[in-house]
Amino acid sequence: MTIGLLLDFFLVILALAAGWWTIGAKDSFGAAVAFVAYGLVLALIWVRIAAPDVALTEAAIGSGLTGGMLIAASTRLESARQATRAGSVTRRLAIALSALVAAAPALAVLGLPDPPPSLATAAMAALPSTGLGNPVTGVLLAYRAVDTLLEKVVLILALLGTWSLAPDRLWGGLPGRKERRNAASPLTLLGQVLPPIGIVIGLHILWVGADEPGGAFQGGTILAAMGMLAVMAGLVDVPATSRRWLRLLVVAGPGLFLIVGLAGFVIAGGFLAYPAGFAKPLILVVEVVLTLSVAAILLLLLAGPPEREPPR
Amino acid sequence: MSLVRDILTVLSVTAGAFFFLAGTVGLLRFPDTLTRLHALTKADNLGLGLVVLGLALQTSSGPAVLKLAVVWLLALFSGATVAQLIAQRARDDRLRE
Repeated sequence: MTIGLLLDFFLVILALAAGWWTIGAKDSFGAAVAFVAYGLVLALIWVRIAAPDVALTEAAIGSGLTGGMLIAASTRLESARQATRAGSVTRRLAIALSALVAAAPALAVLGLPDPPPSLATAAMAALPSTGLGNPVTGVLLAYRAVDTLLEKVVLILALLGTWSLAPDRLWGGLPGRKERRNAASPLTLLGQVLPPIGIVIGLHILWVGADEPGGAFQGGTILAAMGMLAVMAGLVDVPATSRRWLRLLVVAGPGLFLIVGLAGFVIAGGFLAYPAGFAKPLILVVEVVLTLSVAAILLLLLAGPPEREPPR
Repeated sequence: MSLVRDILTVLSVTAGAFFFLAGTVGLLRFPDTLTRLHALTKADNLGLGLVVLGLALQTSSGPAVLKLAVVWLLALFSGATVAQLIAQRARDDRLRE
């Protein structure tokens, strides 16, 4: 127990140091790298408080995907020579706001009565009726499915926002620059060997999500990362954003989720309610399609706004 | 039997941690990119390998051992590739000066 406590103490110090490093970094690139390290420390902390689902999400999205976006943004700013260190007033304001955001939930947690109110027993008690083994997946896709649905819709809005940054003549065009393929580069080897393995791991994480830590978001992020790797190595190109199948893929997951939710009114007596006995298969189908949509959306978010003319 | 296993685990993980420490010291103290990479890859490959070996001794489940081995092999593969990419970039930068 004392060794565990020592480890926790060490992790907290490490998280605070990484946070400080992120704010104090000399340039935006350094700050982005520090942010990735901060995310990985946070993932370890989530594991320590027995929340492996959150840890997986933090590592994949909080650290990996967001880190990739921040690094891409910082290189873009630097190449545009707009990268300037924020003024000391802005910086102080950022520190104060960050501290405030951290302090509010901290106060809420510290103000809880002992023992804190919990729905854990109720969540576990109802779990058999969903056919799932992982209570987190139960919360995400059965008890609080509406939150998950809205979260996916937000992803589509974020993608629309990114695409809207393109000038009119490039609307519907291809994102980013065309990467040159270089057969002698180690990146080509990585882009050829890793995706088959990564796709298997991504699908595995989706599949075990029903009973163990994992699920649509984590699996989709891994698939998106594999796609991005192949794009960066110049092995494949991102499709034009005007492609009908691509847009269908983007909305398929949330769309199917919404249809299943509306069908709940007729067959199960409520929005996003599942008919008894069919919860597990329905959740599984929704999760599979959601994973593909999440992978497509995240890949397109990473690829950025269209920068090349749409094909005629 | 389990005592022997525990001792081997402690030895292996400690040795792994030592390689990580040595790699980190090298990363901080070596003078340029290539030598720092040299230090870092030793930590990743050998250090992680020994930690994985130590952990694999603690489980009797086949799939768990396989997963640990895959984690190590994937880290080896991506580590080696990224080291090559960084080294290439460092060499190009040096040639340009």
